[in-house]
Amino acid sequence: MNFEFSDEQNLLREQAQSFLADKCPLTAVRRVLDGAESYDAPLWRGMIDLGWTATAIPEEYGGLGLGYLELCVLAEELGRSLAPTPFSSSVYLASEALMQFGNAKQRARYLPKLASGEWIGTFAIAEGAGEPARSLKTRAKKGSIKGTKVPVADGDIADFAIVLANEDKKHASMYIVDLNGAGVKREVVPTLDPTRSHASIKFSDAPGELLGKTGKGWPQTERLFDRAAVLYSFEQVGGAQAALDMAKNYALGRFAFGRPIASFQAIKHKLADMYIANTLAHSNCYYGAWALSTDAEELPIAAATARVSATEAFHESSKENIQTHGGMGFTWEFDCHLYYRRAKLLSVNLGSLPRWKDRLISAIEAAA
Amino acid sequence: MDFNDTHEESLFRAEARDFLNAHAQFKNESEPRDESETDYLARAKAWQKLKYENGWACLGWPKEYGGRNATPMQQIIWNQEESRYDVPTAPFAIGLGMCGPTMMAYASEQQKREMLPRMASGEHIWCQLFSEPAGGSDLAALRTKAERSGDEWVVNGQKIWTSGAHYSDWGILVTRSDPTVPKHKGLTFFFLNMHSPGVTVKPIKQISGDSNFNEVYFTDVRIPDAQRLGAVGQGWQVSITTLMNERLAVGNAGGADFDAALALANDVKIDGAPAIRNQAVRERLADWYCQSSGLRFTNYRVISALSRGATPGPENSITKVVSAKKQQDIGSFGMDLMDMGGIMMDPARVPADLAFQQNFMGAPGYRIAGGTDEILRNIIAERVLGLPADIRVDKNVPFNEIPRGS
Repeated sequence: MNFEFSDEQNLLREQAQSFLADKCPLTAVRRVLDGAESYDAPLWRGMIDLGWTATAIPEEYGGLGLGYLELCVLAEELGRSLAPTPFSSSVYLASEALMQFGNAKQRARYLPKLASGEWIGTFAIAEGAGEPARSLKTRAKKGSIKGTKVPVADGDIADFAIVLANEDKKHASMYIVDLNGAGVKREVVPTLDPTRSHASIKFSDAPGELLGKTGKGWPQTERLFDRAAVLYSFEQVGGAQAALDMAKNYALGRFAFGRPIASFQAIKHKLADMYIANTLAHSNCYYGAWALSTDAEELPIAAATARVSATEAFHESSKENIQTHGGMGFTWEFDCHLYYRRAKLLSVNLGSLPRWKDRLISAIEAAA
Repeated sequence: MDFNDTHEESLFRAEARDFLNAHAQFKNESEPRDESETDYLARAKAWQKLKYENGWACLGWPKEYGGRNATPMQQIIWNQEESRYDVPTAPFAIGLGMCGPTMMAYASEQQKREMLPRMASGEHIWCQLFSEPAGGSDLAALRTKAERSGDEWVVNGQKIWTSGAHYSDWGILVTRSDPTVPKHKGLTFFFLNMHSPGVTVKPIKQISGDSNFNEVYFTDVRIPDAQRLGAVGQGWQVSITTLMNERLAVGNAGGADFDAALALANDVKIDGAPAIRNQAVRERLADWYCQSSGLRFTNYRVISALSRGATPGPENSITKVVSAKKQQDIGSFGMDLMDMGGIMMDPARVPADLAFQQNFMGAPGYRIAGGTDEILRNIIAERVLGLPADIRVDKNVPFNEIPRGS
């Protein structure tokens, strides 16, 4: 049994931790929260220089050709540090979609630029409130895209988007759309978590280039989300651990009734419950990492399992971190809300918790 | 990252499988048995003896005490393999899991050579005499009295929740030898013959109707001083050795789990459609799948550490607290799915051979036994997260001056 990260992967983790401790302290996250910038550009540049955007991209396309386990390690650390960068959009979604569904020409055109960080990509599916599968309105007609996608993560800064658009009432396809090209209008939309910018993008007969197969947009999205879910889950579990650490440190230092509040069972049991949720999620993330890195048949089950438990762990840890801080946890000044925002953002970004629970049972039924 | 054995591990696993295949049947291939406890014990003793004679008992123990000096990983491989077969092991769990390691740490060399191989071979079944009516989660509040009398000790008092006391030959016992010092300092630890005069065992009827535990009364029971484990007054430290091993031994609650709940949800209907089509049902099932999966892969992480010869982290400490609640929730939910019929305790009238009803009636005990949910959360908070221990108002008070309530 070797259900662990390797020494090399742990070394990568240490490097990532020390880089992020230096370049992405919570003060840096707050600068994006309070400022006008959409993301932390110097941090993003540093991540690119370390080759993080190139991690899983094959060497022939300018990548490092490392495996997904390395990417999982980075995701966990980025989640822990709440890094305000377009990493998830560009790496877990756009790069993945191109590697999975792109033809040789598309891979050669996009992947080197994604690896080098010259381009930022994103995935555009949502169309306002509600589940997109039932109500997709964006249409593709002879390669021309019409409709509005909102919210699109990093949609304001991305160079291109992979857009899910209906061919007819039942079938959708993925299209690559140049966001700096004709027929595209975008504006930032306010969201719960300003440390990760989102946009509304209006496509008015914008030229789109088919990615993958015509009419296979939904199955492709399922496959893309299975893969991305594992990486999102690592971000979530990293954030959950950071929230628990923050709660623990506060409880140890905060005195009430003449003793540290960490000595009260009400607080101890709360923190123990956070640890339990985080440990279950972390172990399920390992399962997801194994399935992703080996392209296992169990990926749909493993991804949904990781996703559901990581979503719950980050929710639990971020809300109870505020509770542990008492009134100060509810202030803008304290950092608790940074985790709380990010937890909710990540929990809906890739589809809601009830949907992933349903997906998990469906995946188990399909495998039976 | 993989789930594979190392070369040595796979050879060892093959060896274990050969033995098991030659002598046992897989669980799913065996017929249900309706046998008395006496017959069950006889079968269990025969299985333990066969393992012992072939070098498959107490694998991690030193050879001279009945084991084979195996690594923790080899012990795990054996446990994994043995658990797939229909073999009776339960009566030995406490003896081999807790009493053995305690004897190993504190008994004399002669006692170890005499007692441990008999424990390993199943000749002697052992029990653990710890909890008392006045000492459960606060074990050190126990009152069973031990008084020195020449080369012997005279023991009076009562233990409770003693699994298997009624068929045990030997037991380990913690007593209060000095009530005038603070509670942790006045304890002394022994092992004793359960057939000694003055030992009375009375079964406890549980809410499920089963009797897995006993009350054990001591009336002027004489124990040779030679059977003292650890120094006089050092009983708490000895108890910690036992309890550390208990935490390793008490694990997954088992019972009807996700698979059983999924099967039931396919079997029964809500609004004329299989219950599994109901969104609320699907979400509950997903939660339990994630919990079971999380525990399984947490265990794999621990095994991975053992496999490379390292000490595992504290992750496994969550197993009992998660699985006991899950067992209770699944039991309750399964009965809900059976709707008005869910209350019937008749295997001919409800699905799943009463597995959900048994979860429901068994889980309250599992949430308490071997460390309550609350004590386990304290342990996670203190030992894993490093939070301060609770303030103990009785810590420095002589035991006989601590307020007792009624």
